[in-house]
Amino acid sequence: MSHLESGSPGGAENRPDAPAVPTRTHLDRLEAEAIHIMREVAASFENPVMMYSIGKDSSVMLHLARKAFYPGRIPFPLLHVDTTWKFREMIAFRDRITKEHDLDLIVHTNEDGVRENISPFTHGSAYHTDVMKTQALKQALNKYKFDAAFGGARRDEEKSRAKERVFSFRTAQHRWDPKNQRPELWNIYNTRVHAGESIRVFPISNWTELDIWQYLYQEEIEIVPLYFAARRPVVRRFDQWILVDDDRLPLEPGEEPEMKMVRFRTLGCYPLTAAVESTATTLPEIVQEMLVARTSEREGRIIDFDQSGSMEKKKQEGYF
Amino acid sequence: MSGSITGGADARMDILEYLKHQHETDLLRFITCGSVDDGKSTLIGRLLWDSKLIYEDQLTALQADSKKVGTQQGEIDYALLLDGLEAEREQGITIDVAYRFFSTDRRKFIVADTPGHEQYTRNMVTGASNAKVAVILVDAAAVRREEGLLVQTKRHSFLASLVGIRRVVLAVNKMDLVDFDETLFRKITESYHAFAEPLGFTDIQTIPVSALRGDNVMERSTHTPWYEGPTLLAYLETVDVEDGRSRLPFRLPVQLVVRPDSTFRGFAGSLASGTLRPGDEVVVAASGEAARVERIVAMGGDMDVAAPGDAVTVTLSREIDVSRGDVLVAPEARPAASDQFKAHLVWMHADSLLPGRMYLIKMGTATAPAQVTELKEKVDVNTLEHEAAKTLAMNEVGIVNIALGRELAFDPYAENPATGSFILIDRETNATVGAGMVQHALRRATNIHWQAVTVDKSARAENMAQRPRCVWFTGLSGSGKSTIADIVERKLHAMGRKTYLLDGDNIRHGLCRDLGFTDADRVENIRRIGEVARLMVDAGLIVLCSFISPFRAERKLARSLLEKGEFLEVFVDTPLGVCEARDPKGLYRKARAGELPNFTGIDSPYEPPTSPELRIDGAAMTAEEAAEEVLAMILGQGRPIE
Repeated sequence: MSHLESGSPGGAENRPDAPAVPTRTHLDRLEAEAIHIMREVAASFENPVMMYSIGKDSSVMLHLARKAFYPGRIPFPLLHVDTTWKFREMIAFRDRITKEHDLDLIVHTNEDGVRENISPFTHGSAYHTDVMKTQALKQALNKYKFDAAFGGARRDEEKSRAKERVFSFRTAQHRWDPKNQRPELWNIYNTRVHAGESIRVFPISNWTELDIWQYLYQEEIEIVPLYFAARRPVVRRFDQWILVDDDRLPLEPGEEPEMKMVRFRTLGCYPLTAAVESTATTLPEIVQEMLVARTSEREGRIIDFDQSGSMEKKKQEGYF
Repeated sequence: MSGSITGGADARMDILEYLKHQHETDLLRFITCGSVDDGKSTLIGRLLWDSKLIYEDQLTALQADSKKVGTQQGEIDYALLLDGLEAEREQGITIDVAYRFFSTDRRKFIVADTPGHEQYTRNMVTGASNAKVAVILVDAAAVRREEGLLVQTKRHSFLASLVGIRRVVLAVNKMDLVDFDETLFRKITESYHAFAEPLGFTDIQTIPVSALRGDNVMERSTHTPWYEGPTLLAYLETVDVEDGRSRLPFRLPVQLVVRPDSTFRGFAGSLASGTLRPGDEVVVAASGEAARVERIVAMGGDMDVAAPGDAVTVTLSREIDVSRGDVLVAPEARPAASDQFKAHLVWMHADSLLPGRMYLIKMGTATAPAQVTELKEKVDVNTLEHEAAKTLAMNEVGIVNIALGRELAFDPYAENPATGSFILIDRETNATVGAGMVQHALRRATNIHWQAVTVDKSARAENMAQRPRCVWFTGLSGSGKSTIADIVERKLHAMGRKTYLLDGDNIRHGLCRDLGFTDADRVENIRRIGEVARLMVDAGLIVLCSFISPFRAERKLARSLLEKGEFLEVFVDTPLGVCEARDPKGLYRKARAGELPNFTGIDSPYEPPTSPELRIDGAAMTAEEAAEEVLAMILGQGRPIE
């Protein structure tokens, strides 16, 4: 490669007046990687969709997608699997954001589950998640025949995620086979699937929780206000604070909601997502709190504790 | 865990400083290579531990796991932090590539944790493909026992060098088990330098460490006063991550065309190398068409300059033909544009490589049919010796010639990894079966760049006032293909369309006279017909092809030679019984009598199309009715040319 090192014609060194090439930060790199991945999907698949959970990672994903196709519209719809147990503020945020950015939003709920009155209280978190999230997602994928679905999962979240590919192949039954993944080299992704098969795509695989917060801060991206501390009515259960978001939360005898300064580190179904006590009302304060607290993110998610290796099992069954 | 915080103005200033500083950090991707016994997982666990990237709840789980399945007699087993999948946790082996993240004040790190077992060569190559540095672990005690470097160390080094890694750390681990023996360390250093000399590393750093105890990982060890080099973390924090890509010639593989309305046409892609500024002249590598860059468009405002890795959208000064798979390049330093090259190929699938078989290649953003035309030799990854071979099994590395279904633009991998790398995909299973690195383009096409021709397919088609197409009739012998095709051609002709009918009569007697009816000959027969049809479509004609063409793969090949929408497959679906009863040429009778071997439907299979553009019920419809349907499809689909 010696002849190349001597300087390429037309390179910066031949044009002293040209602006210098700025160095790229780690966030620049992560952003560019995610945009590259989104564009590969848009160009290679017939019918992609972006999973939209309304959480902070989804906010980052949405921002990245807008950048990827600017000045065009995002060339695929967003899919929100609504378990009917989301925080009310999340739904309000979702509806406002999709309107502001002129997005195609598909909301899917497992109507069978609604008919059977599936609730995390009476049926337990594992069953509720299976019916209202995993099954619902499969229903939606089957109904709309999506051949690629973006997810916001990150490899730093959980041990089994560390080994999942960016383009994660699923059989026609939506199953993930961790022993039989396609190798992924350079930035060349194998996007080919047969009819009925699909690929889950994780453009922010290589981001950490801190990266997400920094990016939200740097790009001034709006997130659901529940992430910021405020006085909210909560009850103490299993050593965690649960928000009394509506009157569907059955109160145990002697349980009395109290007003606490709390926020959420992660958002899901309100009965399954615990709040943490906090005074952080700005992004920098959240980051600061995170650096002090050092409790990993999914701790606030009750589903992970159901069984050991539980996330891996859920993923094999088709959970995101 | 309740994250109460001491607020206040000071803390707020600190955190803003912190965020500003964090924002300025850069990113290093590196891989770790070593086998189960080298203590690799322990080393990474230690890096995560020392950089305080382990959270409290993870620590609780780690302590519990260490007691239950740990190998450190109840002490913390850092390796347990890493093994993700349950099955491997039980086996005690890391079996796949896993990615880990940690950061220090100076830098963010992404670690590809790759196994060292021989059967997992593919994983190491995968992990190394995006890495700038390789950390190769050596078990000092094992080296002393074996009196020399282990085979696996050589293998890791070779694979790292093959994938183009130029900076290597040899982490001589388990120094605590050899009493921090300086002489042993120096011996290992010397023999490694001697071994690695031909591998082309620009930088080799050997470091004596104990991953378990933490010596020279983050903290300088008190046990190695004789060692003056950096600790592992200090090395990783300061090694130069600038890979020189910005000094290479400009390359932008186009991912997609952004076209929100008729006034805007932008080409989106990730800059592979070089830099780009508005006003720069660029050419399309395949066609040679040139234009100037007008804008580099971004949501936050146009960019003055784009650097390698940037995901950009550019607009050009004039309308030229650019689509996905094209590469925009610097006019004065163009890549090779060729349909043949020589490459290193790493085989990644349990089904061995079949030279001559059609695979798909994905190179940058371009996808094309590809074939290994010659397996020159394979490389023993343990001894680095070359030997003759007929095939490549999983985890084997070979030197091959590859022929492409069409011309692609590329550079030698050693000069530009971003435009010299590719994967091979199996056409039937869609599995990624191989990964390759271009050595150089082969003969004919090197440095012969296509001149932009002014009379092209669309110009010819416009002149003929028609849309060129290839209508491919497939079905059993006697199904009525040729009869229908003949009626279709007569009708088209009467309408003034320019057509040509290819069938057994005009092909078998001339172009394919040398071919028989074995499976291999049938494949070649269809390949030739496909190529001829492609030329005729390029000439602007509506080509009707009437062939039994029994195999899905070959029809797929013919389809792949044409552009989307140009190939219309018509399945003349007539049951075998009906065909045999018709038997217009008496062939079935002969076949049944054993006089015609390899007859489709009798003793040679017919694979019906799974999704043809049109299916004709050959038993229920007359040839005239069928022809009308075909005609409607040809004329109805796509834009008519007025």
